[in-house]
Amino acid sequence: MPEAAAPHEALRPSRGGLVARGRLVQGLQVAAACVAPLLVLLPIGATLGQAMAGGIGPLLHELARPLVGALLANTAGLIESTMACCAILGVGVAWLIERTDLPGRRVFAALAACPLAVPPFVTSYAWLSMSPSFEGFGGALLVVATAYYPLVYLPVAASLRGMDPALEESARTLGLSPFTCFRRVVLPQLRPALMGGMLLVALNTLTEFGAFALLRFRTFTTEIYAAYRTGFSGPETAALGLVLLVLCLGCLGADFILRGRRHYARIGRGAKRAALRYELGLSKPVWVVLLVGLNAVTLGVPLAMIVFWLTQRGAAAITPAEVAPARVIGATLNSIGLGIAGTALTMLLALPLATLATRHRGWLTAGLERTGFLAQGMPGIVLALALVSVVIGTVPVLYQSDALLLVAYAILFVPLALVGIRSALVQAESRLEEAGRSLGLTWFAALRRITWPLAAPGLGAAAALVFIAIATELTSTLLLAPIGTETLATELWANGSTLAFAAAAPYAAIMTAISIVASWVLVQRYGAAPLLARQEG
Amino acid sequence: MATLQIEGLCKSFRDVAVLDGVDLDVVGGGLVAVLGASGSGKTTLLRLIAGFERVERGRIAIGGQLVAAPGLHVAPERRGVGYVMQEGALFPHLSVADNILFGLAPHARRGSGRVADLLDLVGLPQRYAPWQPHRLSGGEQQRVALARALAPAPKLVLLDEPFSALDAALRGDTRRAVAQALRAVGATGILVTHDQSEALSMGAKVAVLRRGRLVQVATPMELYRHPVDAELARFIGEAVLVPGTAAGHVARCGLGTLVIGAGPGEGPVELMVRPEQIRLLPPDTAGCAQGQVLGVTFYGHDAVVEIALAGTADTAIAARLFSRNLPEPGETVGIAVQGAVVAYPVAPSGAAPSQEPCGDPGGEKLVPRECA
Repeated sequence: MPEAAAPHEALRPSRGGLVARGRLVQGLQVAAACVAPLLVLLPIGATLGQAMAGGIGPLLHELARPLVGALLANTAGLIESTMACCAILGVGVAWLIERTDLPGRRVFAALAACPLAVPPFVTSYAWLSMSPSFEGFGGALLVVATAYYPLVYLPVAASLRGMDPALEESARTLGLSPFTCFRRVVLPQLRPALMGGMLLVALNTLTEFGAFALLRFRTFTTEIYAAYRTGFSGPETAALGLVLLVLCLGCLGADFILRGRRHYARIGRGAKRAALRYELGLSKPVWVVLLVGLNAVTLGVPLAMIVFWLTQRGAAAITPAEVAPARVIGATLNSIGLGIAGTALTMLLALPLATLATRHRGWLTAGLERTGFLAQGMPGIVLALALVSVVIGTVPVLYQSDALLLVAYAILFVPLALVGIRSALVQAESRLEEAGRSLGLTWFAALRRITWPLAAPGLGAAAALVFIAIATELTSTLLLAPIGTETLATELWANGSTLAFAAAAPYAAIMTAISIVASWVLVQRYGAAPLLARQEG
Repeated sequence: MATLQIEGLCKSFRDVAVLDGVDLDVVGGGLVAVLGASGSGKTTLLRLIAGFERVERGRIAIGGQLVAAPGLHVAPERRGVGYVMQEGALFPHLSVADNILFGLAPHARRGSGRVADLLDLVGLPQRYAPWQPHRLSGGEQQRVALARALAPAPKLVLLDEPFSALDAALRGDTRRAVAQALRAVGATGILVTHDQSEALSMGAKVAVLRRGRLVQVATPMELYRHPVDAELARFIGEAVLVPGTAAGHVARCGLGTLVIGAGPGEGPVELMVRPEQIRLLPPDTAGCAQGQVLGVTFYGHDAVVEIALAGTADTAIAARLFSRNLPEPGETVGIAVQGAVVAYPVAPSGAAPSQEPCGDPGGEKLVPRECA
C-alpha cells in the first residue's frame, strides 16, 4: 500500500526534531530540579567540613568531652520517654476513635490532629507562664509528648482504617478473644505505622529548640545556640552540630529503611467492609472523660493560658512589660511578608524537582528527590550556623540579609513542599494530558485546561502548609534575621524567655490563630495527611 | 445430630430486611451451596452463623448447641466454625506455616507434622511453608486459608465466595482442591456463591436465597430440572418460557404439544423448556412447530440459536445446539422439544406468574406440596 508508506516516511524528520527539542527541555528541567538538592547538601557539607577542619584527632577529642555524653544522656532520656508516651497516647486514641463506639468520635478525631498546628515553643510558653515548676525534664516531656503524639496517632489511625476487617474476623473464628486478636493480629500490622510515627517523634524532639530553651532543658540545640550567642562557636560547637545532624539523619535513614518494607502486602483487593467496632459498654463515660482530659492538656490549657495573659496588664507577669501595638503589627507584617516570600522561593525550588520525580521515575530523579528529603533531618540551628559560616567565608554581604533567611526557609521546608506538590501532581496524571493532546490541544492548552485545574488545589494546599511553617519558624529566624527584623516567633521568644508573659501573649495568640485556622481549613479539605508531610512510597 | 440448624432467622440493617425468616437444616458432611444474586443476603447469613452479626429473630444451633437467639450471642471465637473469606484474608505479617497454625493452642503449634499434613490436604507443596503469603497466587492463598480454617478441626466450615476473585483457569483447580479437602476431613461446608454453575457443580445440595428468603433447597439436579417458579428457572441456567394451555399431563403451546413433567394442571400455564431440550429439524418435517432463525452465537463446544417462533407475535426462543451443522440467520427451521417440561400456572387475568410451587408430578391442580 503506497499511500500508507508515504506519510510514514514524511514523519521521520519531524519526529527527530521533536526528540531533540524534548531533550533540551528535559535537560533544563533536570538542571532546575538539581538546585534544591544541592542547596540541601550545602549545609550538610559545611557542617561536616567545619567539624573536620582540624582533622579527625581534634574532632574525636571534642566528641569525647563529658558535655557531649551529658547531652546525649539528657536527649536520649527525653526521647525515650517521649516516644513511649506518644506511642501509648497515639495508639490508644486511634483505637478508641477507629475501633469503638465512642460517642463524639468525629470531634475527637479532628481534635487529635490539632496539636500539630501549635508550635511547641508556644505551648511551652503557656505552661511556663502558669508556673515556673514546668522548667526541666517534666515540663519538656509534657510539652513535646502532647505536641507530637499526633505524629503517631495519624498514621496508626490511617493504618487501622485501612486494615482488612476480614483478618480480625478470621482470627476470631480461629478462637482468639478480642484482646488476643489485638495482640496477635492488629498490633503486628500497626507496627510499621507505629515505628514510623515514633521515629518522626524522635526526629522532631531532636531538632526542637524553642520549647527546650524556654523550659531550660539542655539538649544539643540549646547548647549550640548558647555557644553561638556567647560568640564561642569554634570546633566544639561544630562537633555538637555534627552529632546532632548524624542523630537526625540516622532517624531519617531508619524511617526510610523501615518504609521500604513498610506496607505489608495487602493480599487481594477485595471489596472492603467497614471495620468491626467494639462496644465499650459501661466503661464508655470513663473513656470520654479521659479523652476530654487529654484534649484539655494538649489544647485547652495552652490556649486558655494565652487568652488569660491577653487580658492581663504587663505588671501581672514576673517581668513587667507592656505590649506596644506598633510592635505587634510590625512583627505580624514581617512574619506574613517573610512567609509569602519564603513560600514563593520554596515552591519555585520544589516544583521542578517534584514534577520530574512524578513524571519521570528513575534512579536519577529518585536520588534527587531523596536528597531533597534529607532536609527533613536538618535541625534549624545546624542549618543556620552552617549557612552563616558559608556566607561569611564567601559572600559576607549576605550575612544577616533577608535573602539568606529566605534560602534557609527554602531548605528547611523543601520536603514539606515536595510532599504537597507530589500529591497534587498525582491528581493530574500525564495520561490525562495525553488524552487532551490527542483531542487537539497544544501542550500549553493542555496545561491550562487539564493539568492546572486538577493540580491547583493541591499546590495551594502545599503552599499554605509551607507558609504556616515559615510564619511560625523560630530557630533560623532567630539566628539569621537581619538586625531589627522581628517576627511573631522571635518576639514571643524574646518576651517569653525574659518571663514577660503578658507582653508575649499577643504574639502567641496571633501565631496560634493563623496556624490553627489554616490547618483546620486544610484538614477539612484534604484530611490530616498533609500535616504529616511525609514522602510517599 | 444436625451440624447446623437455622430457624426463622431475621436480620435487617437500617430497617431494610436482609434476611426474612430463613430455615435451613444441614445434616452430616458434604457441601451445601447457598446461591443468591448480590444483595440476596447470603453473606449476611454466613456472618450470622459465624457470629459477626447479632440475630434479630430466630435461632442458630451448631452441632446441637444453641449459639444465637434473641438475647443470646456466643462470641465468634467460641463457635468452633471455620471461615474462609472472599480473598483468603491471610495474615500478611506471618508465613504460610504460621498462618496455618494460627488457630491452634501454643502447645499444638509445636508439632511439626501438622503444617505438612494440612498443606498436603489442600494440595500445596511443602516448600511453601516458610513463604510469605503475598508470594502465592490467589488460588494458592485460598487453599492456605482453607488449611488455616481446617487446622482446629471444625465440624462446620463457612466459605464466603472463595473463588470469585480467581481467574477462570485457577477457579476449577481450586474448587476441586477445596471440595476434596473438605471430604477428606469429613467437615460440613457451607459455600456462599452467586455463580450458578459453581453451586450446581460443588454443592451436594443447593439452597437458593432470594430477597432474604430461601426459595428452594434441593439437590442440584432437582433444582435445575424442577425449579419452583419461573423466576428461579431463569436464575438457574437459561430458560425458554412459552405461554400455553395445560390439560393434565400435556400442554399445548407454540412449540406443539408437550409433556408436563412437573406441575400438571388445567388452564393457562407458562411452560419452561431448557434450551438444550430444543432440537432443530428440517422445516418440512410433519407436525412440528416452525420458526425463523434470528441469530447464532457460537461458543465453540456448542452454539445458541435464536429463533422467532412462527405464528406467534413476539415469542423468541433460544436453542442450545452442538456446533455442527448450524443454520444461517434467516433460515426457516422446524422445532422439536425433547423430554418433559415444567408448567407454572398463570393467573387467568394474565397477571404475573405465581411465585408458589404448583405441585409435584401426579398431583391435581394447585395441590400444596405436602398433600402430594
